[in-house]
Amino acid sequence: MTEIELLSWARGPGLQIATIIFVAGVVIRIFEIFLLGRKANLAEAKGGEMSNGLRTMITRTVPDRTTFKRSSVTIVSGYIFHIGLFIVCFLSAPHILFLKDVIGFGWPSLPTPVIDAFAVVTIIALLATLVNRLTNKVMRYLTNFEDLLTWFITFLPVVTGYIAFHRIGMTAPTLLAVHILSVELLMIIFPFTKLMHAFTLFIARWYNGAISGYRGVAS
Amino acid sequence: MSASLDKGINAFKRQIDSSVAAFFSSCVHCGLCAEACLFYTETGDPKRTPINKTEPLRRIWKSEYTLFGRVGKMLGLTKKVDDKFLEEWQELVYDSCTLCGRCSMVCPVGNDIALMIRKTREGMAAAGQAPEGLIGATNRSVTIGSPMGVKWPALRAQIKHVEEDSGLKIPVDVEDVEYMLLLSSMEIMNFPEFIEAVAKIFDKAGATWTISSEAFEATNSGIQIGVSDIAAELVQRIVDVADKLRVKTVISPECGHAYMAIRWDGPNLVGKPFNFKVRHILEVMDDLRQQDRLKIATKESQKLTYHDPCQISRRGGVIDEPRRLIDMIADDFVEMPDGGKMNWCCGAGGGVSANERADEIRLKVFERKKAQLDEVKPDAIISACSNCRIHLEDGLEEYNMDIPLLSLTETIAEHLAED
Repeated sequence: MTEIELLSWARGPGLQIATIIFVAGVVIRIFEIFLLGRKANLAEAKGGEMSNGLRTMITRTVPDRTTFKRSSVTIVSGYIFHIGLFIVCFLSAPHILFLKDVIGFGWPSLPTPVIDAFAVVTIIALLATLVNRLTNKVMRYLTNFEDLLTWFITFLPVVTGYIAFHRIGMTAPTLLAVHILSVELLMIIFPFTKLMHAFTLFIARWYNGAISGYRGVAS
Repeated sequence: MSASLDKGINAFKRQIDSSVAAFFSSCVHCGLCAEACLFYTETGDPKRTPINKTEPLRRIWKSEYTLFGRVGKMLGLTKKVDDKFLEEWQELVYDSCTLCGRCSMVCPVGNDIALMIRKTREGMAAAGQAPEGLIGATNRSVTIGSPMGVKWPALRAQIKHVEEDSGLKIPVDVEDVEYMLLLSSMEIMNFPEFIEAVAKIFDKAGATWTISSEAFEATNSGIQIGVSDIAAELVQRIVDVADKLRVKTVISPECGHAYMAIRWDGPNLVGKPFNFKVRHILEVMDDLRQQDRLKIATKESQKLTYHDPCQISRRGGVIDEPRRLIDMIADDFVEMPDGGKMNWCCGAGGGVSANERADEIRLKVFERKKAQLDEVKPDAIISACSNCRIHLEDGLEEYNMDIPLLSLTETIAEHLAED
């Protein structure tokens, strides 16, 4: 297989397979949750479920002061890598062009040097979360194989993307193919791992806010 | 209570619903919940991280309710739930958690971890993995009607004392009244002043009320140990009497989990809405205040702070009411840092105080409360839960702190205007 053939496979059948697994997996996981159902609350309500659930979906993004003070490293590094991932994923010009091909429309991109800087910051933040995970007593206790795997599979596309963009080492088509394959790997393991939290956290937050709000407490 | 691993596994399964599935699907092992839990912050032991306490329930969810977990189970890849594992987790699920729910407020993905631990207890108890102290309290609740073994003659004797001391009549088994007062065994045995305080407040407010000789116990060990059918039976006793006497409102006394049991869990346990309202005594007093039926003559001049009982504030929704009441009687009120819905637990709720095995750790984690109090340096602490009160007194003594504890209801009664 030549490097051009590898790139074509990654952009063609590879992407199709990864997309099917990603979409089907995510749909199955979400159905699994909702099909379980939940009993209606029979106690006299002190507040609304829906309104409080929706509010907590947003407000839970900001930690309370004491929690921030006690866990600032985890919170700051977590914020930075999530924001960084979002920016390099969805606001870089090549990604927008690629997505435009697939979904038919695009949106404005950030200038290349800005994306480049965010990529470096994201890489540093991801490394910091790994160091934190391995040194923080609680995180080290909780960490299992899946945590390390998902870290690595998330880290990979950022690094391969950075390398591909700067054409370090190999030739451009190979670098691009490796980058696309690393994203496909991420898409494939996504539904089977805690990466699912990207979707389910909104469901979880809604339940949290609804349960608490029903009793008259804004959570 | 007969128990076995099979029953336990089935009980775990019955606890899993869409909320639990969403919670487990979302956990990223960030560890923030540890820093919200006094059992971690004061011991530094990572196994006491709140989400870790739910591991038995998580394993059942994973292997039974996820497609990939079921495949893993067939291949023998999933972690098993057996007696040895549950025994190891007992101390985390019961001794190291008061169900205070602070973790549920900080989890960034929104997991209601306290609810998950409460559900974990259902499986643990059914599998025979609950602490002796709680099993004893629960058995006494079922057979005698009170976790401390308090029977009606004991309450009748206390009522007689209160009537002699106050000159007020305590109504018993009266029909068609506004309020029916429940009591905790702790109040009956240790704080009968509470009954006198309520009598005075209702007398001045001109409210009609009663205590039932058949169902007076407000606490519910079934909730703490995690046996829903027992919890339901204890709630049903109250429902039957309240319906028989045709009372408008049942009052939960100064006890946190009793309020949770009758106000929020009660109708769900017995499977239908109540024909009466349930209010905490703080809500009742706040209603009377609003209706101008609660008149205060004097104020406390000493520096007061308020300890929010977890099940009444954060988990119960009664947060502003006590503050409005304190405002009527206090000139110098100071909030504790994190006061209100983020207050730190006293360390002995959720059945911990009924579990002798946890005596050492509950006093250890009191250091968190001590740190809060050291910042405020109050002359006295007001609270509204007799379990918090007993434990706070214990803790203050242990750490040589000389701060008196006041019940909000009793303090209000002391400052009532004389017509």
